Amino acid sequence: MTTTELHGDAHGVLRSAASAGIQRLRQGELGMLPVIVGLIVIWAYFESQVSVYLSARNLSYLVLQIAPIGIVAIGIVLVLLLGEIDLSVGSVAGLCSAVLGVGMVDRGWPWWGAILIMVGVGAAIGAFQGWWFAVVGVPAFVVTLAGFLFWQGAQLRVLGSTGTVNVFEPHIGAIAQSFLPSYWGWILGVGLAALYAVRAWTTYARRAHAELSNEPVGLLAVRTALVAAVAVGSVAVLNSYQGVPTAGVILLGLVIAFSWLTTRTKFGTYVFAIGGNAEAARRAGIKVARIRILVFTLSGFMAAVGGLMFVSRLTAASTQTGAGTFLLESIAAAVIGGTSLFGGRGSVWSALLGALVIGSVSNGLDLQAQPPEIKYMVEGAILLAAVTVDAVARRSRAAAGR
Amino acid sequence: MPDVQRTVEGGGGDPAAPRPPEPILELRGISKRFGAVQALREVDFDVCRSEVVALVGDNGAGKSTLIKCIAGTHTPDEGRIFFEGDEVKIHTPSDATRLGIETVYQDLALCDNLDVVRNMYLGREAVTTVVPRLVEPLREIDMEERALAVLGDLNVTTIGSVRTKVASLSGGQRQSVAISRAVMWNSKVVLLDEPTAALGVAQTAQVHALIKRLREQGLGVVVISHNIEEVFEVSDRIAVLRLGRRVATFRHDETTPQEVVGAIVGAAGA
Repeated sequence: MTTTELHGDAHGVLRSAASAGIQRLRQGELGMLPVIVGLIVIWAYFESQVSVYLSARNLSYLVLQIAPIGIVAIGIVLVLLLGEIDLSVGSVAGLCSAVLGVGMVDRGWPWWGAILIMVGVGAAIGAFQGWWFAVVGVPAFVVTLAGFLFWQGAQLRVLGSTGTVNVFEPHIGAIAQSFLPSYWGWILGVGLAALYAVRAWTTYARRAHAELSNEPVGLLAVRTALVAAVAVGSVAVLNSYQGVPTAGVILLGLVIAFSWLTTRTKFGTYVFAIGGNAEAARRAGIKVARIRILVFTLSGFMAAVGGLMFVSRLTAASTQTGAGTFLLESIAAAVIGGTSLFGGRGSVWSALLGALVIGSVSNGLDLQAQPPEIKYMVEGAILLAAVTVDAVARRSRAAAGR
Repeated sequence: MPDVQRTVEGGGGDPAAPRPPEPILELRGISKRFGAVQALREVDFDVCRSEVVALVGDNGAGKSTLIKCIAGTHTPDEGRIFFEGDEVKIHTPSDATRLGIETVYQDLALCDNLDVVRNMYLGREAVTTVVPRLVEPLREIDMEERALAVLGDLNVTTIGSVRTKVASLSGGQRQSVAISRAVMWNSKVVLLDEPTAALGVAQTAQVHALIKRLREQGLGVVVISHNIEEVFEVSDRIAVLRLGRRVATFRHDETTPQEVVGAIVGAAGA
């Protein structure tokens, strides 16, 4: 039955794909479209202003730049899906990087031991804050605001009077400073594209076999082709400089893993359910407190991994690690990417896309030699624009529903 | 008065006996207090297989509290609960679910941001275990097929796609999803809290048909309702609560709406 559709004229297929897409837009299911459009606009603008902007070298640099924020934003997305907030991630990243640095330099921990302890500390802090919120019942905003201050103090304390610990360790350095050999890059890009295509089309075939409704073949074909183009195209560009940055691979791997976790497992369903209607989730027998603690644990864990990225890139843990605008940029990344602040709506991919938007703007303004005050103002405006798009879409969805 | 075909059920067993139907759920002497408020006082209540019992009473009479005690949302301070003849303790919603008691709450307890399939399976998702506790992907296609089958069995045909987010369904559709979810787990008793409170005429008729179908399938059904017409339309027995006490129980064919209303407001001499 699907073969007739496959052999049908390309026009018809494209039209059905387009109408399905328009249908979803009408219902306010904008998904990641606004942020992708925004990203294209930002890239086009800066490329027209600074010709090296879209060069392989600058894009490679951009990937390294966004890795810490993107990784921490994944944790933030999970917390936002739950309908909560975690204000402590910057301080936790800072404290964990201080633990790593001091442990390795002063105590002589091996690099792998230091990494394990570091992410363990992050996860433990997250679990503690999650417990305090979910079981003791103090709002997450307050618990993590207290954490924001407390862990920052702990960070300064661990670092001691010098305030900076240099970490010249090749394994740690390799995390954010190495690149995949070009053939590995190709294997990765082509492999991901193939994996996506196989998955998409087998799902389609299985649904067709079970006689369930399916998305139009045209839309599926367009989606598969786009993913393949982006995957292979990115590898081609990055390989023309030094290769695919390891940090980028880690970021992408985490995004894919957490995307799977949130959309294809019980745990993810429960996170969305609690964010949508916590009481309904509780009545359905979901152990709400346990899910909440787990999410905050993951958020703390991701903050630690983000801190590790920082140490690796700057070869140092300092009082500045995780400080400044880092926290707010991580939250902004999640929100700009399209994850709702009100819980229950969004995607882990918004962490990556939002981090790309913030990184792209900041990178472009740096190339233009704009002062930081302009940077803050532009980022603020973009955040507002992103949330406005979401709010307007939400209103149109409310109008379409019922 | 609408005719309720109460002779059709096979549950009666021996038609000659003056029907002592074995109750599937019995509550004895249930009391519940919230601070200074005595919400329930020594309430006895029971439901049989293939029976619809209406639970009526004024606001604050304790209907919802009683339902929640059965559903495990509240634990009674005193009293005993028997299920299929055995005494049971129901401390959590999952205790109730394990016994086969399902609840459809007034506010529906659906997640607007999830689709119909996810809502119907919420808390009971089917998974494929690849690595125990770590890699257990959902069996989306199986769940979707089963959800479609259940909705089809119950004649819930108005929902376009079961992958629609519940937020975009009408009130009647949402209620149908909520009820279908309650009965798809081999449940034995279903508690419905004001199932038609927010519905239009056609949608109400749909839900009434659904309730009768549940009875045909052998379930015990408890319906909380404020609507006397509805009570007489769907129920076999009518239990009246007032100020936390069960003040009367009527057979629907041996009473009148006036008598029931009288018991609710406490005006009857009884």
